[in-house]
Amino acid sequence: MVCISHVPDTTSRINFIDNNQKFDTSGVQFIIGPYDDYALAKAVDLKEETGATVTVLNVGRAETEPTLRKALAIGADNAVRIDADPLDSIQVATLISNYAKGESFDMILMGRESIDYNGGVVHGLLGEMLNITSISPVMTLKLNGGSAEMTREIEGGKEQVEVAMPFIAGCQEPIAEWKIPNMRGIMTARSKPLDVIDGSAVDMHSDAGEYSLPKTKSGVKLIDPENIGELVNLLKNEAKVI
Amino acid sequence: MSIVVFVESSDKKVKKTSMEAVFYASKIDNNVIAVALGSAHDESQLGELGKWGATDVLLDSANKFDSGDLSLSASAISEVMKTKNAKILVLATSPFGSGLAACVAVQLNASLATNVAELPDTSSGFVVKRSIFTGKAFQNVNLTNENKVIAIKKNAVDVVENGSVINISSFSAEVDGEGKIKVKDVDMIQGDILLPEAERVVSAGRGLKGPENWGMVEELASVLKAATACSKPVSDMDWRPHHEHVGQTGIKVSPQLYIAIGISGAIQHLAGVNSSKTIVVINKDPEAPFFKEADYGIVGDAFEVVPKLIEALKANN
Repeated sequence: MVCISHVPDTTSRINFIDNNQKFDTSGVQFIIGPYDDYALAKAVDLKEETGATVTVLNVGRAETEPTLRKALAIGADNAVRIDADPLDSIQVATLISNYAKGESFDMILMGRESIDYNGGVVHGLLGEMLNITSISPVMTLKLNGGSAEMTREIEGGKEQVEVAMPFIAGCQEPIAEWKIPNMRGIMTARSKPLDVIDGSAVDMHSDAGEYSLPKTKSGVKLIDPENIGELVNLLKNEAKVI
Repeated sequence: MSIVVFVESSDKKVKKTSMEAVFYASKIDNNVIAVALGSAHDESQLGELGKWGATDVLLDSANKFDSGDLSLSASAISEVMKTKNAKILVLATSPFGSGLAACVAVQLNASLATNVAELPDTSSGFVVKRSIFTGKAFQNVNLTNENKVIAIKKNAVDVVENGSVINISSFSAEVDGEGKIKVKDVDMIQGDILLPEAERVVSAGRGLKGPENWGMVEELASVLKAATACSKPVSDMDWRPHHEHVGQTGIKVSPQLYIAIGISGAIQHLAGVNSSKTIVVINKDPEAPFFKEADYGIVGDAFEVVPKLIEALKANN
């Protein structure tokens, strides 16, 4: 199974409406989360290698279906949409966990984090809820019998680790090359199954409040390249960073 | 009441973000219990945490924690929280820290927030401000459960000494098993400044024309005691290693000083650097979008400007 997020394109301008209570989606193009796209590409590679079946899943309302169809066009076999408006990562993970408990997956892949709320916790939450090992961020993944060898990024380096299936991995580059759907993929995606599951109320753990934007910069101070000493002076005495 | 802080060390040194987590906790509660797990810690370094507000430091140095099994470490932290009647866990947002935060939140049925950028507002509930949309916005979130797990973003607080060195205590967490991850090899990056922790970063892009021209970038970094970084195209072309890639899908940095050389400033790059305190942009194209996000800018050829800047900094030292 691959869990994907439906997120604003990386070039989107971020604005809020309704007294800063709501994200303004007007004019925003939505995409598969870039990290999730790596996870999906890896799953499709593994499908080609082993004949595995790839289920792609998203938690969201009907507007996320084009994103799921794109994942089907890239190579997933079937899609599941858990119909809900989750308000925090714990709700997302709980809904996925409730669904996954009734299925049997050899591995669950997703991006290391979504690029909208950047929680970076759904893989960890899900692992604890399902009592299977979760590991992130994963840079390479190779199957070896009933287990997988992975490269995990750690601060200041990386590790080669081995984990038995089933497991959950939060993926990042260079685990696989992003795939662009071809015409045949797009045609077959239309007839692949997309099941909608009711994401009825799960417990709340937090109340989302007001959004805000960072302070804007006051404008760049340009320095003459012939007078570079001025930059050193400003960094030292005005910005006080050297 | 007390607060538990999970502490990470790298190369036997307590990470700066863990010190920030201790200081952050000391602003919420007077009893701050710092907990360290595994064999990567130096005991005297841990004792220094007293300076940032820790009132107790507990260390379980069992090497079963070294494999990075989140569930195992989380069980040890949850056990300490239950024994000490602590309702809040504070730690640094990091690849391991965020995963650990998630597992503890499940074990203790806690509210959870990562990338928290400021101290909580407790005037009405327990409201934290978290960074979202890769630094492009913030959201206030009220953590409503009795138990709370807060993973802070770098520079969420400006640390100042508010205590003295303390003695550390050993403990042995009662957790089952040895973990389910087998570590076969560890490959640490050479060089002593970790990019995510660096206070100064010198970064360069395609404007440098080729990997052979990175000498001056490294020299500038060495004069400034800075870490080196690069844009995505540069790491994609293998001019520089992947771990130097700063941006939306790479490392997010928040240093005091970020110098961008020959980087145009695509929005995906800005997402990785927009929490830097001071940004300097050097680019020969006066229309480069990065200038709009910069504090100081030099319009000029990097191959002329950077060597001059190195000389000027050396003269200043």
